[in-house]
Amino acid sequence: MNLLIFTPVLPEIAITIVSMFLLIIGVFKKNEKTYSTISNLAILSLLVVLFLIFSGSVPKGVSFGGSLITDSFSLYLKTLILTSSIIILIVSNIYLRNINLLKFEYIILVLLSVVGMMIMVSSNDLISLYLSIELQSLPLYVLASIRNKSSKSTESGLKYFVLGALSSCILLYGLSLIYGYTGSIYYNEIASNLSEYDVGILIGVAFTLAGFAFKISAVPFHMWTPDVYEGSPTTVTAFFAVAPKIAALGLIVRILITAMPNLIADWQSILILLSIFSMLLGAFSAIGQRNLKRLLAYSSISHMGFALMGVINGSFDGVRSLSLYMLIYLVMSLALFISIIALKTNDEHIENIEDISGLAKINPVMALIISILLFSLAGIPPLAGFFAKFYVLYAAIDAKLYYLAIFGVLSSVISAFYYLRIIKVMYFEESAISFDPISKRLKTIIYLLTAITLLFFLRPSIFINFAGTASASLFI
Amino acid sequence: MIVVSLLFYLFSFIMIASAFMVILSRNPVHSVLFLILCFFNSAGIFLILGAEFLAFILVIVYVGAVAVLFLFVVMMLDVEFKSISSTVISYLPIGLTIGVIVLAELMLVLFTWKRDYSVTDNLSITTDKQYSNTEIIGLVLYTDNILFFQLAGLILLASMIGAIVLTVNHRPSAKRQDINKQVERDAESSIKNIDMKPGSGI
Amino acid sequence: MDNILSMYLYPAAIIAAKSVFLITTLLITIAFLLLADRKIWAAVQMRRGPNVVGAFGLLQSFADLLKFVLKEVIIPSKADKAVFLLAPFVTTVFAISAWAVIPFDAGIVLADINIGVLYILAISSLGVYGIIMGGWASNSKYPFLGALRSAAQMVSYEVSIGFVIITVILLSGSLNLTDIVNAQSGDYGILNWYFIPLFPMFVVFFISALAETNRPPFDLPEAESELVAGFMVEYSSTPYLMFMLGEYVSIVLMCAFATILFLGGWHAPLPILDFIPGFVWFVIKVCFMFFMFAMVKAMVPRYRYDQLMRLGWKVFLPLSLVMVAVTATFVVFFK
Repeated sequence: MNLLIFTPVLPEIAITIVSMFLLIIGVFKKNEKTYSTISNLAILSLLVVLFLIFSGSVPKGVSFGGSLITDSFSLYLKTLILTSSIIILIVSNIYLRNINLLKFEYIILVLLSVVGMMIMVSSNDLISLYLSIELQSLPLYVLASIRNKSSKSTESGLKYFVLGALSSCILLYGLSLIYGYTGSIYYNEIASNLSEYDVGILIGVAFTLAGFAFKISAVPFHMWTPDVYEGSPTTVTAFFAVAPKIAALGLIVRILITAMPNLIADWQSILILLSIFSMLLGAFSAIGQRNLKRLLAYSSISHMGFALMGVINGSFDGVRSLSLYMLIYLVMSLALFISIIALKTNDEHIENIEDISGLAKINPVMALIISILLFSLAGIPPLAGFFAKFYVLYAAIDAKLYYLAIFGVLSSVISAFYYLRIIKVMYFEESAISFDPISKRLKTIIYLLTAITLLFFLRPSIFINFAGTASASLFI
Repeated sequence: MIVVSLLFYLFSFIMIASAFMVILSRNPVHSVLFLILCFFNSAGIFLILGAEFLAFILVIVYVGAVAVLFLFVVMMLDVEFKSISSTVISYLPIGLTIGVIVLAELMLVLFTWKRDYSVTDNLSITTDKQYSNTEIIGLVLYTDNILFFQLAGLILLASMIGAIVLTVNHRPSAKRQDINKQVERDAESSIKNIDMKPGSGI
Repeated sequence: MDNILSMYLYPAAIIAAKSVFLITTLLITIAFLLLADRKIWAAVQMRRGPNVVGAFGLLQSFADLLKFVLKEVIIPSKADKAVFLLAPFVTTVFAISAWAVIPFDAGIVLADINIGVLYILAISSLGVYGIIMGGWASNSKYPFLGALRSAAQMVSYEVSIGFVIITVILLSGSLNLTDIVNAQSGDYGILNWYFIPLFPMFVVFFISALAETNRPPFDLPEAESELVAGFMVEYSSTPYLMFMLGEYVSIVLMCAFATILFLGGWHAPLPILDFIPGFVWFVIKVCFMFFMFAMVKAMVPRYRYDQLMRLGWKVFLPLSLVMVAVTATFVVFFK
């Protein structure tokens, strides 16, 4: 047997094997050091895989009879997913030690979820799509409630699980209709069999999109997001906010562009609604929030609305802007989440906006960094967030969807309000509490990510070209 | 053929009837028992189709394992029988609305549906008499569909880890039996002679 | 009309007649095996055992049968009547129906289906329903506890039985029971039987079969000292008899299954002994297995529940998994 046919999926296989190996180590070698050993090994192996992908050693092509495809787009998204999970694992090492939750299964679950996400972005047929979504989300349900002594964490896990199961049902129903009407599970065959107009397939597409919308928490399938974000341990929340959304967006882009290009008029209208509602609801609901994690949940809903704008056109420019958006979103929101994790008062992690009042006087560097990140999230030039929104809006205007662009700008303005409120609290309110010193490792990561956000405008072409080559592979 | 179709109608009738009973019966344990009956009849339909492997796997996995645990849980929960019917009414409007919408969509699908005979006519693999259907499933499952098989396995692994992580509660205070320790124990390590003075304690 | 008669009615009548014959023979055999069980038990404890009804107590089981049938059926007032009466029925019917695929000799089998092994596995996994339904429907604490114990126990040991069966299937390359028996035939008689290469699996199967049929030392669902009579506390008369019957039928079924999987079915242990009909060999082997069951009951004290679970999940499951891997490796590379 020629083992070379598996090289395009080598990253996934490697991480799977590593996760099982680490599981065995964790089960048989139980002591205080187990967690950090396993964590270091996991980070190391993810770094190796990331290096393999980055250095271009992973060959492109289809594997498993066309079920999985490895192209520039999937490799690009895999880079993002791996980067975010590496950062999350490093931060978790510190955070979980603080809240006394060193369970080695946490790492195994993250690894398994990463495998699911990597397969999601390269899935090229309906069954691998569904299975990878499940593989990605099942560990996440557990991670959400991993703090099983806290009722909030358990609640968030349960809520996520029940709604996730429901959305999977809806998704499967849609997929079965698509399969029934096209007679194939492979994207390319679906695309070629889709030529005639059918009601059944429309319903199938609608149901499928509803299922996807749940995964990226787009309005009106967003209800789980604030509660899950609030209840989960913060590192898990940071993971939720970034990696699964990147994977799900990648999957949506691939199935819409490669499998249903003929139905663009139909899915476009659904996506426009999802996008507008997400942007507006994310912006308006965040205003009243006092809890930082809930606020970021609404902010992520709004950002997903922006990101969806990139798909709507179905053009190369749109997908490129989306790819860029995901990269910048990853950098910004990870940095912000880690800043929240880093700030502690008397060994208690901060939760609410009031907790950081007066931060500017006590720790001006952190206050500045958080302000930069918030400005960037709001889309103030010349920070990275501005470029992300700019390209997406440009794509919308390019598609002659002016009202969509107007709604985008509008929601951006509204969201700037609550971002600025946090900055106001940090700089202009007095506070008696002090903050604990921040560990060096966290500082390094925060500085690095903020530097990218801050200095993006110097050479935006690096990232844009990177996103461009990735997106180009979808339009061959 | 008439006997086969009679059997088919019998199985499907009981299956649908018991599926109705699952939602209609007031006692949750009865619901589960009807669910099991439903599984049996679907296994019967698989048998009529000549898919005996699927039929028995259905019985082994769903009836023999899943439904037992289900029954187990339902019996332990001790649900109030009457409270269920009262909540049904309060959720009825929204449930009906969604049901009607989905039904309407199904109808739309049903009426625009047309059968493509070229698909069913080209199903050569099931009529291949060279292999039994168990072998055919094996041949397809472990070659063409190995990815799906392995992914499903990974999902199960993840859910198993999850179930254990969320429920295992290691209490250091709990006393556990260590069989090796018990076997190693002998008189020398467990008995000691003490010279007791009258009127004093240890 | 003639067509339908010849196509369906006559074969159906023949199958029905065969089934009735099989069930009658089976039940009569069980009657004597039950007596043998009690006699062996008594002998180990240096008692005489039943010796009043008939010569050597040979008719004891029939006397018991009469007694059970003639007693009044008592149903607890708050019991779920339908499920309560359904439970013993389910146990007996499933236990007997599994015999349909057991080959007693070359060609002597009611239904020679392709996946006989799966059929038996499926049916034996259903045996738990009788117990769990009976325990729940009695609406009483001891039966319920017994039912819970038994459900967990049977589900746990089914897993290792499944893996044991997979090793046999790997070696024989078939799910058909006749083929499995024939795969154990050869010039060396007893040396061809699977219990030699798969000896650990034979042991695991034997012990798991004890647990699966709730026999001592794994009779926790009906442990007298803790649960009075477990799930059977509230049962009396004919329903109780049916529980007992179902239990013994499935015990003998497990003996027959072990004979087919590991002891070469109807094949003679030595090629010289081939002149004796295969059916006789089969019965002798089943009786031997039953003797082992009876001896275990007489000699081994009852397990504690946590020990039972430990044995099932932490010893048998890994062991049988390893053996599946080893056997598969052997089949792929050396056969």
